[in-house]
Amino acid sequence: MSGFTLPSASLLSQSILSGVFVGALYGLMGLGLSLSWGLLRLINLAHFAFAFLAAYLCYQMATMGVDPLLTLLVIVPAFFAIGAGLHWVMARFRVTPFNSLLLTFGLMGIAEAIIQTIWTADFRKLESSYGEMKFKIGGLFVPIPEFITLLLAVGISLAVWAVLRYTDLGKAMRAAAEDAPIASAFGVNQQRNALLLAGTCAALASIAGVCLALSFTLAPSQMYAWIGVVFAAVMLGGLGRALGPLIAGTLIGVSEAVTMAVTAPSWAPIVSFTLLIVILVLRPGKAA
Amino acid sequence: MKRTPLIIVGAGVLLAFVPKLGLPAFYDSLLYLMLHWIVLATSWNMLSGYTGYFSFGHGAFFGAGLYTTSTLLSRYDWPFLWTLPVAAAVAALLGVALGAVVFRVKGVRGELFALLTLAITFVIGTIVVNTPLDGGNGVSLSAVPVPAIGPTQSSTFYLLALAAATLTMLIAWAIFVSKFGAGLFAIHDDEDAAEVMGVPTYRYKLYALAISCALAGVAGGIHALFLSYVTVGEVFTIAVPLTVVLMSVLGGTRHWAGPAVGAVAITALLYSFTAADHAVAGKAMIGVILIAAILFMPDGILPRLQKLFGQRMLAATGAAHPPSQIVTPAMPTTKAIAAGDVLLRVRGLQKSFKGVRALTGVDVEVRRGEILGLLGPNGSGKSTFINVVTGHYLPSAGQIVFEGRDLTGRAAHEIAASGIARTYQIPRPFAHLSVLDNVALATMFGGAIHDVKAARHQAMTWLEFTGLHDKAAARPDDLNLHQRKFLELARALASRPRLVLLDEVLCGLTPSEIDDAVALIRRIRDQGSTIVFVEHVMRAVMALTDRIVVFNHGELLAEGSATDVMQRPEVMTAYLGKAHA
Repeated sequence: MSGFTLPSASLLSQSILSGVFVGALYGLMGLGLSLSWGLLRLINLAHFAFAFLAAYLCYQMATMGVDPLLTLLVIVPAFFAIGAGLHWVMARFRVTPFNSLLLTFGLMGIAEAIIQTIWTADFRKLESSYGEMKFKIGGLFVPIPEFITLLLAVGISLAVWAVLRYTDLGKAMRAAAEDAPIASAFGVNQQRNALLLAGTCAALASIAGVCLALSFTLAPSQMYAWIGVVFAAVMLGGLGRALGPLIAGTLIGVSEAVTMAVTAPSWAPIVSFTLLIVILVLRPGKAA
Repeated sequence: MKRTPLIIVGAGVLLAFVPKLGLPAFYDSLLYLMLHWIVLATSWNMLSGYTGYFSFGHGAFFGAGLYTTSTLLSRYDWPFLWTLPVAAAVAALLGVALGAVVFRVKGVRGELFALLTLAITFVIGTIVVNTPLDGGNGVSLSAVPVPAIGPTQSSTFYLLALAAATLTMLIAWAIFVSKFGAGLFAIHDDEDAAEVMGVPTYRYKLYALAISCALAGVAGGIHALFLSYVTVGEVFTIAVPLTVVLMSVLGGTRHWAGPAVGAVAITALLYSFTAADHAVAGKAMIGVILIAAILFMPDGILPRLQKLFGQRMLAATGAAHPPSQIVTPAMPTTKAIAAGDVLLRVRGLQKSFKGVRALTGVDVEVRRGEILGLLGPNGSGKSTFINVVTGHYLPSAGQIVFEGRDLTGRAAHEIAASGIARTYQIPRPFAHLSVLDNVALATMFGGAIHDVKAARHQAMTWLEFTGLHDKAAARPDDLNLHQRKFLELARALASRPRLVLLDEVLCGLTPSEIDDAVALIRRIRDQGSTIVFVEHVMRAVMALTDRIVVFNHGELLAEGSATDVMQRPEVMTAYLGKAHA
């Protein structure tokens, strides 16, 4: 067992910052998952496959000299179409929530095989002009790729929140999640909205994938490593809530980073998951 | 019925001769893996498939057994076979500790349970990897001798797994056909309704979890020695639970043998693809097969096959039942209390929901043999009254005494067992059980009959009583509203209650259906049950009730005979509002 060593204040704040950055990625990954689970009642494991496929596509285009952020222009519409297509199939066969979990697990396996065939099982790291750049604020180092991720995560989560809360489309989607037949009776075109939402979720996954490629080393089997912690962020944040995954993800990221700084990296999962268990048991109504 | 366990044991004995065939060792290993996954998937299904509480923590329980055995072997030099019961006990203890906390929380249902169990996996994995149990480098068991049960090492593992699988299948079958299993399936469909009908839901879930974990622990113990080198990274992951979920859903979670079918299919698939050089193509292939299976066989392979061959497992007994004489079963006169005595005495009953006071202290007495009408505008506390008396809600204050026994604060299933039954305004049948089994469940749990066959037999008489005997084999979804309401009545009666609380049984029925229902309610009273009748249909209230009480804003407003009470100005005000002068 590793003993407690109290790190210096600057080390601690640096690790809190890195916790915020990784938490933002948890949140961005979780956003689409949460929307699809909460509003479409589909537990989409393929979300992780989408994110990794997007990450590899971004990597591929970047090696050909395209700026990683510009690849979003191609990747986002492509994944929107894929997500909508997948939802069309699921709706056509009336797949139940738990069967959707299994079906998309199957998709994950296929995606892993595709990635492994094209890019091999070796680790890949995207190189870009600003990949290694960082700036300094008040004694803390801020790496540019992580900073971009944070900005995107906050911006997109706020935008989705605003759309769900204030627009007719968002209200229609929330109404359809509550009671689809009644919403239809009030003139909500549920099928079109569901396709739109499913496409958006996949597009969000692809954006998270690009952010992943910016700051992480990629390997096909890595996609399974994200499931546990992103699911934790999603459920902690509340299903179908736009800001929930970001807030919960940041909480988890920071608690992990602090644990790593205070004890050893191998203890990191215990804090986040214990936190999750405690919150779920004490306030089950608040989550999900 | 008794043929099945013989077939399981027979198959186990026959398969025990496989090592004698002298097949190459890798067949032993393949067969071992199949049996290993049969144990894991089938044990998972006992809790998760039967009750619908999907656990993603099977890796944790499996891992608990695995690390128990490896620790006992490597540090304490225990003989291998003696570690297996300990592995089972440790895994079961872990499960019970988790369940005792989690199942007490009312809000923790399906999805939350799935996540909690997933989180537990990582928590335990982290603890194991950071303590001397593992130490971060894994535990090597290569120095541990493998007991010489079979002719070779690989055949020993095969035989051990075969024994575990045979035991697991026997247990899975025994639960499936028992009263216990019926209770678990009822929890799957509607846990609250099951509890109100007398199923001790908390205890049942805990038992199922304990058995499930113990078997996973045994599988883990055997697997520890099979691997001979164990690491946290391969055990406490999402891979184990996902694989067992996959196998069970593919095979069919609503059948005891479904997970085994799925386990054999998937292990064979995995093997046939990964054994060859195209492991990557194999991964994709498994994905494709899985997707096809989910899309075209959403209930699993086994139910699909059953449908093809026209076998109906559960409904068979109902259809074959000969129509018996309509006997009006008389109530057992357990206590010599004459009609007119107080059966249920409710004093000062209060119920608040976070500041909303649904009941503000009502006193109600129900006399034996009467039909008491419970009236009041919407939101006056009638349904809350029923929910509190039947134990679905705990009262905030007050006392409930039934037949001289204080029932205040008792669990719903205890109240059901002491002779109180209810119906729901919107019928809540168990959707996946046949009409007959819906009623048989109440017979078993409310009426304390242990034998499933006897329960079905008696349930049939209640279906005849309510005129539903033609529908015995149907699913509740196939019934119309009128029939579903009668099914509610049959279910309530099947537990032989002394007191039945009817929550708006007539709501939504046509006038002629109301006449049928009124006649049926009279017959219910005549066979000896006392009735509390919540209703808005005044015609029926006037025709049926001996006495009525009126609630308004959670208080008792009036009490007396129906014709008298409904004339009173305060009652008319409550229903119709005040005239503006």
